[in-house]
Amino acid sequence: MLLQSPSDIAPSEITPRTQFENRRSFLARAGFGVAAGAALWHGLGGNAHAASGLSPVASPFSTSEALTERKSVTSYNNFYEFGTDKGDPVQYAHRMSTRPWTVKVEGLVGKPRSFDIDDLLKLAPLEERIYRLRCVEGWSMVIPWVGFPLAALLKEVEPLGSAKYVEFLTHYDPEIMLRRPVLSWPYGEGLRLDEALHPLTILAVGLYGEVLPNQNGAPIRLVVPWKYGFKSAKSIVTIRLTENQPVTAWNHAASHEYGFYSNVNPEVSHPRWSQATERRIGEFRKRPTQMFNGYGEQVASLYQGMDLSKNF
Amino acid sequence: MPNFLRAPTGAQITLVKIIVFALCLLPAANLALGWQHDALGANPIETITRASGEWTLRFLLITLTVTPLRRYTGLHWLLRLRRMLGLFAFAYAFGHLLTYIWLDQFFDWMAIALDILDRPFITVGFSAFVLLIPLAATSNSFAIRRLGGRRWQALHRSSYAIAVLGVVHFWWLVKADVFDPFIYALILAVLLGLRAWWRELERRRQLSTPPPAKHLKQPVIRIVPK
Repeated sequence: MLLQSPSDIAPSEITPRTQFENRRSFLARAGFGVAAGAALWHGLGGNAHAASGLSPVASPFSTSEALTERKSVTSYNNFYEFGTDKGDPVQYAHRMSTRPWTVKVEGLVGKPRSFDIDDLLKLAPLEERIYRLRCVEGWSMVIPWVGFPLAALLKEVEPLGSAKYVEFLTHYDPEIMLRRPVLSWPYGEGLRLDEALHPLTILAVGLYGEVLPNQNGAPIRLVVPWKYGFKSAKSIVTIRLTENQPVTAWNHAASHEYGFYSNVNPEVSHPRWSQATERRIGEFRKRPTQMFNGYGEQVASLYQGMDLSKNF
Repeated sequence: MPNFLRAPTGAQITLVKIIVFALCLLPAANLALGWQHDALGANPIETITRASGEWTLRFLLITLTVTPLRRYTGLHWLLRLRRMLGLFAFAYAFGHLLTYIWLDQFFDWMAIALDILDRPFITVGFSAFVLLIPLAATSNSFAIRRLGGRRWQALHRSSYAIAVLGVVHFWWLVKADVFDPFIYALILAVLLGLRAWWRELERRRQLSTPPPAKHLKQPVIRIVPK
């Protein structure tokens, strides 16, 4: 926060021309040219900074692809603790209080400690990272996250040489969340230490230049853009460095369907659907899915020599 | 019970049919309007796929409810709504399939063929649709006369299997939360359980009835309840 020059307009605020043209045009293409002018103009009202603006700096890791509409990003969510329907999180997540909030970092580290969320916001300069997000269900978005590299946090606690994995545990409060054991709560996720330290891996605290809405995993969540969305755990309360591969929620629920790595891979089908294509939210036709969600250049070396059809 | 409910006139039944027909169209109209006004959420194609699939299941279950309802209320004219309800189940199933082929896969026949062969939930769903076709094709008086009541009835009992396949299709597609498919499975289990129970009652009744005297030379007609 200290180093950046405050900018009036975050990159995410500028509606790219391609997006302007793409919005809702799929309606017309499908033969329903009815959503005329009024509908087209609706939703183009700009994304004015509210009081909660974070003024992040731009990042070279950002894609220039058209952003997914903010309304879709914040109303179409998988956050099973608040219900398994995509519309449930936006309806119920307001029950969760995100202050006070601490994140405990423990396990195989030299300096274990608890971070207050407001200290985490000042830990490193906040960057805007416009990433593709690919859900295992076959849809995708382009989201302007605001956050900082997870590596910056891990550096603070000094991982020991014996640490090989990083486990993430997320908030679970049965008073306000689903009690049916759809998954084993609290939701747990994990990364290999080198994946966690990769510069693309961030802890996000905002999107579209503003504080993260609850349904998107407030106040702090993981974003690992080359893996299926469920790897990016929401509303994190504990980060634990371990020697052994941690148990992860979806792998535990159905290990033949969801592997520990869960890298986006068009060649390895989910047993119940193909992963070769995806539907970008807001678009009509499906598009081919890219290996590592298009981040192969940066991350492929992490998996050299591994059989990715076995380590899916 | 008012008389028109117990024994409605032809005109009254026609009126009821028109009202039911309009009600059955509502979910489809709702989706069409939502599509036009971009009110189907962030992923409209998924919304339509899900809604048309669930309405197919609901119409299958409603159709299978007609006979028990008629039996327990004595409102025999309800049977006259069954053909329409069954055809709506077919119409929504067709809409569901069309959504998948057109909006979802956009006529990518290779991907569709692979889906049907490789993904068990799609194999099952597609089979259910194929099995519905002969039922829709024979849901007219001409076909009943042509086939004969007994054969027609035997053919249309495949609706039980179709409903089971439909629920399995739903169950296998959800990722973790089987609550919704479980509700459909429960209702279907009651509807099919009733029929098994009636069959058992009928078997017991026939066993306890003394066989007719030989000199009458009448065959024993076993009426198996549907």
